[in-house]
Amino acid sequence: MSTPASTLEPGPVDPDTQGVAVTTAQGAPRGVLRRRRWTMWWFVLPAALYMLAFFAVPVVNNITTSFREYTTATFYTGEAPFVGFANYVDVVTSRTFGRITFNTAIFTLVSLAATFVIGLALAVYFNAHFRLNAVLRSLVLLPWLLPLIISSAVWRRMMEGTSGVLNELLGLVGLGAVPWLTDPSVALYSVIIVNVWVGIPFVMVILYGGLQEIPQDLYEAASLDGATGARAFRRITWPLLRPVVVIVLMLGFIYTIRVLDIVLALTGGGPAGASDTYATQAYQLSFRDFQFGTGAALSNILIVVTLLVAAVQLRANRRASDLAG
Amino acid sequence: MTRTRTRRAALAAVLALPLALGACSSSSGDDASGGPLELTALDYYTDEPSHTDTEKRLSDCAAQAGATISHSSVPSSQYNARVLQQVSAKTVPDVVMVNNPDLPQFASTGALVPLTDLDVDTSGYLPSVLETGQYEGDLYGLAPNVNTLVLFYNTQMLADAGVAVPTTWPELEAAAAALTTPEHQGFAYAAASGTEGTWTFIPFLWGNGGSQLDLTSPQAQEAVSFYTGLATKGYVSTSAVNWTQADAKDQFAAGRAAMMINGPWQIPSLNATEGLQWASTTIPVPAAGDTPVAPLGGELWTVGRSTPEREQAAASVVTCLNAPQTQLATALQNNTVPSDSASAQQLAQQQPEMAPIVQTVTTAKALTSDSGLKWPAVDAALSTAIQAVISGQESVPDALAAAQADVEAQ
Repeated sequence: MSTPASTLEPGPVDPDTQGVAVTTAQGAPRGVLRRRRWTMWWFVLPAALYMLAFFAVPVVNNITTSFREYTTATFYTGEAPFVGFANYVDVVTSRTFGRITFNTAIFTLVSLAATFVIGLALAVYFNAHFRLNAVLRSLVLLPWLLPLIISSAVWRRMMEGTSGVLNELLGLVGLGAVPWLTDPSVALYSVIIVNVWVGIPFVMVILYGGLQEIPQDLYEAASLDGATGARAFRRITWPLLRPVVVIVLMLGFIYTIRVLDIVLALTGGGPAGASDTYATQAYQLSFRDFQFGTGAALSNILIVVTLLVAAVQLRANRRASDLAG
Repeated sequence: MTRTRTRRAALAAVLALPLALGACSSSSGDDASGGPLELTALDYYTDEPSHTDTEKRLSDCAAQAGATISHSSVPSSQYNARVLQQVSAKTVPDVVMVNNPDLPQFASTGALVPLTDLDVDTSGYLPSVLETGQYEGDLYGLAPNVNTLVLFYNTQMLADAGVAVPTTWPELEAAAAALTTPEHQGFAYAAASGTEGTWTFIPFLWGNGGSQLDLTSPQAQEAVSFYTGLATKGYVSTSAVNWTQADAKDQFAAGRAAMMINGPWQIPSLNATEGLQWASTTIPVPAAGDTPVAPLGGELWTVGRSTPEREQAAASVVTCLNAPQTQLATALQNNTVPSDSASAQQLAQQQPEMAPIVQTVTTAKALTSDSGLKWPAVDAALSTAIQAVISGQESVPDALAAAQADVEAQ
């Protein structure tokens, strides 16, 4: 391990360590090398066990569950008859599948777009030097620090139809009350508003980090050539920020499509399923209806959709960095 | 050389240790080695003082059965998952608390022992309470205390408007209309997604002779039309589609609603609200002379499958937990109704505000009595249908046809 250090070290040296150093320096015998490689595997083992226990087992388990008729009785008897794709057929042909697909798509895309635009604007804003910058920047992080269940409960109160503070404010400026969480055509967008509020700090922090990496002299050189403001943003900031943008969008997508707690706390998927998504429906199937097979099938569909989009985004990223490099 | 490698290997082993420990820590205290029997009990009473009270009652009862008991509580949101996990690991606790709508699910696993097999005496119980503990004709659980739903009303508002306490549907609607002013709604109920929303509606379905498994019947159509009509006509805020029972109580307590459907567990909070004058009565019925039929709520004590000796000891603990004298004490403490009919009458005398609730319990039915294992499907379908009608998305027949299709699909 520490060959150069131990050979240079003056004074008495641990004979064992020195032995290692000498043999390696001269080219170690194969037996020793093999044993050392074996030792290396011992270090891989904890990570491998961790991956196996907390990633491989649940995923494989979820996949096998989705092909079985898995009920509460299964827990005791261990009997779960194999039913092929029946659970998937049930999920896809169910009356609500079209609606939850639409809701999931709207929820994810609108949330992601709004979070990204606002987060980027804030990141650019905070990238400038002004007084109280650090204080304000840490205040923007606040939504991130609050437990989601608490912030959702507060939002739920604020969006209450008759006594909520949002409607009171709208009333003060002479606007009518909005049925935030109780009108099926509004509820999904109200949930999106809260999700955007929660997501902005994440986007802002990462994009801000990306902006800090862009060398200032590029802007100085560009301003000599007459490129400032929007033009500098388009020609310098955006191209150099692109790899970070791709990562933000990919992580943002993964975080958004599986959002469960915010929806459950705000509307419970209601009214009348108007804010049900894949995630809430999978939760409902598995943990309220005790239909573990169909619940697993739906969450596998969610995983596959997520993987596909992530793969497409990673490819886009590779192309972007190829272009940049 | 060897020492270094050993040291590295030891370090690696230490890093891996938590995983190894995590993997084998699922063993249970199942070894039967002399001494008093050590039983286990699980419930979701994580709040104080319920946790300590239950623990004391459990250990007293275990002592009577010549055993000791180790009691643990899991938050209710994780409770079912924990019990199912223990069922699959064959380490189901000896004494398991089950929330009544979940009893069919847990009994169907086969991990619970029918109490009838263990010679538990059930003679003093209200028949409706025994029904909540039954699955496919066998008794699996006993509830020491139960609750149900009643109509709460603001006595001041009713007196000011000169409205009599409603006892029938037409009276309820007229009262709700008369009590709806710019300052407050006439009526409030919980219609949020999920169990609370469905549960609140069930008295209207059953009161009209409907069944949870036949949602397209004329009785069910009428009940849903009447119930949702109160909201579409403006007597109940349409915000009710996002109200839980606690939200409905908040509206009532804040003077924003003159009447509400709710349970006796709200009584302490209502009493603590300064200036609120309230009373309760049985839920109005379709026509004068009909019997109110409300759903029962409450937690059942059941016995997990183990060895005959342990099961017998657990059964005596369950019997003891359900003793009439304990029931009355608990009822007075937490506004529930004793399952023992004599104790229930005693409670009605001691606490007049509980009288309508005691009266409702005697004619109530178990929440899942007609739907059984289908309850989760009924629950989801019915609350969606009610929300769809209140929010003006679907007509009553369409919403109920869809709900019925959902129930039959599962």
